[in-house]
Amino acid sequence: MHMNETQLIPMLSDIELDEINAEIAHAPYPQAVAIDALKIVQAHRGWISDESLNAIARHLNMSPAELDGIATFYNLIFRRPVGERVILLCNSVTCWIKGYEQLQQQISERLGVSLGETTKDNQYTFLPVTCLGACDKAPVMMVGDDLYENITSETVTQIFRTQQEIDA
Amino acid sequence: MSLDKPLTRNVREDRIPTDFSAYITNGGYQALQQTIGKYTPADCLQIIKDSNLRGRGGAGFPTGMKWSFVPMENVSPGHKYLICNADEMEPGTFKDRLIMECDPHQLIEGMILSAYTIQADVAYIFIRSEYLLAQKLLKQAIADCYEKGYLGKNIQGSDYSLDMYVHVSAGRYICGEETALINSLEGKRANPRAKPPFPQVSGLWGRPTIVNNVETLCNISHIIERGADWFKSLSLTDDSGTKLYGVSGRVKNPGCWELPMGTPIREIIMGYAGGMEDGYQLRGFLPGGGSTDFLTEEHLDLAMDYETIGKAGSRMGTGTMIILDDKTCPVGFIKNLVDFFAQESCGFCTPCRDGLPWSGQVLEDIEQGRGTNEDIATLERQAKFIGAIGNTHCALAPGAMEPLISGLKYFREDFEQYVGGSHDSSNDSNQPNASTTGGLS
Ligand SMILES: Cc1cc2nc3c(=O)[nH]c(=O)nc-3n(C[C@H](O)[C@H](O)[C@H](O)COP(=O)(O)O)c2cc1C
Ligand code: SF4
Ligand code: FES
Repeated sequence: MHMNETQLIPMLSDIELDEINAEIAHAPYPQAVAIDALKIVQAHRGWISDESLNAIARHLNMSPAELDGIATFYNLIFRRPVGERVILLCNSVTCWIKGYEQLQQQISERLGVSLGETTKDNQYTFLPVTCLGACDKAPVMMVGDDLYENITSETVTQIFRTQQEIDA
Repeated sequence: MSLDKPLTRNVREDRIPTDFSAYITNGGYQALQQTIGKYTPADCLQIIKDSNLRGRGGAGFPTGMKWSFVPMENVSPGHKYLICNADEMEPGTFKDRLIMECDPHQLIEGMILSAYTIQADVAYIFIRSEYLLAQKLLKQAIADCYEKGYLGKNIQGSDYSLDMYVHVSAGRYICGEETALINSLEGKRANPRAKPPFPQVSGLWGRPTIVNNVETLCNISHIIERGADWFKSLSLTDDSGTKLYGVSGRVKNPGCWELPMGTPIREIIMGYAGGMEDGYQLRGFLPGGGSTDFLTEEHLDLAMDYETIGKAGSRMGTGTMIILDDKTCPVGFIKNLVDFFAQESCGFCTPCRDGLPWSGQVLEDIEQGRGTNEDIATLERQAKFIGAIGNTHCALAPGAMEPLISGLKYFREDFEQYVGGSHDSSNDSNQPNASTTGGLS
């Protein structure tokens, strides 16, 4: 009783395939673009589900287990779903000196999530990140693609409005 | 446009990036036009050797010597590679970002001339994921160069051809180690490789490969255009050129400045960085990123160069200093760094994979008031064992121990106060319940 394999492994979209194949075009063999492919698919889907992983592995002609070993090595490949935007709060040394712990508590309280969690409305996933290379502007964080520098508790209140505040 | 600050001459006050036409107006791509097809690669290599340029990625290895190991004659058919290390994940380091965001073409021109010197036909920029603006600008700069014939087939009508690509990392500090970077570029887990063979002979896909830091590569076009003697004359000491120095922490004016190599530390911290913030005193500093040994007030008059800082028992590293002030706990500071290195360990060898989390745990115990004198002794033992070059497969673990070893030396009384139950943390400005006015001001 064989199930149709394509049912279990959803296809990569045409755009995803085009982007991955453009990388393969200048690589010596398909597996060499494993990380690029994971990033491409993550850019379109937000995270790498088992199904996505299988589809990429198949396209690159490698085993899903090997690809998973690569995916889980890197901090910014998400093997669990994340919210619309990922908050990356720098927890390295200069930001820590300049108030990381206070900011972390404040953001957690406002959004009702601990580090590693996603808000109920799926807006944000809150993660720590290592030094963002902006230590002269510490403390810093990224929200989605935006970098916020010299953040204060006011910055946090402005960026993360509570539902009550939005309604008011 | 000043000649004494070649790396930042196109860095504008308002940080608006210098685009292709502005770069050309300021004399950009002249070095390339004067060199490719006109000077031999051997000529270029000689200039770089004579200049005494040392790698700006942290180790300070002489660039000309590194390049001279690349086979140039009777090379087996296939590619040679140049890789720009733009991973910049060392805590406290923010210099490569500045150049890439403000003057991307400077890096591309430096890379083309470097690739020409070693006769590489493919070049990669390995850049960390979070540097989104730099990625965009570099991709645009590469596209500009293909259009103008500075990249691609037969550059300037010569028989030299070069392709260049941007590879965006998926995030892991160990990717900055050059052989781990090569594995990552091959699509693998970023475990460092055993050396030998050295990448110069067998690197990316088994082919000759040179990995250099962004700042190193940015120097190349200036040296080739103006000569080795000019480059040496920029410096105040025996290590040549200028250096991007940075200061972060509780100083009045944190930032990054291009200054003559060998500028006294006092001038950088007390002058350019404006001295300590009001209400804070200097206790110590890491001279060049999170994996360098502490120095203290007594070292302020030393020249910031590889030789001098090395002799003082630390390393110049990336040249970006992190300040420890009197309202920040040294034990917490060190613990933050050890935790970082423990998290970023690639897991390949035991002292690093298991030793670093253990050190982090002992530091946590001490900080939480559960520590004993035996714990301090344990830290000292671990620091010696993990910190010894040769006990681990790469330099991550020894680097991780540098702030700990030197911290135990300079700030021992803090460790002992914790253990003796007399530590007072109410003065620490970065704790959520801080009683001082510091914190988020
Ligand atoms: C754990 C570790 C991380 C490193 N990270 C970086 C980095 O982010 N950027 C960099 O240029 N060099 C980094 N290096 C140094 C590189 O291995 C390599 O020496 C450097 O890129 C060579 O360039 P250079 O000779 O131009 O300095 C790192 C080394 C180690 C051991
Ligand atoms: S020292 Fe650490 S990072 Fe380096 S190879 Fe060993 S485990 Fe990996
Ligand atoms: S320590 Fe936070 S940006 Fe460098």
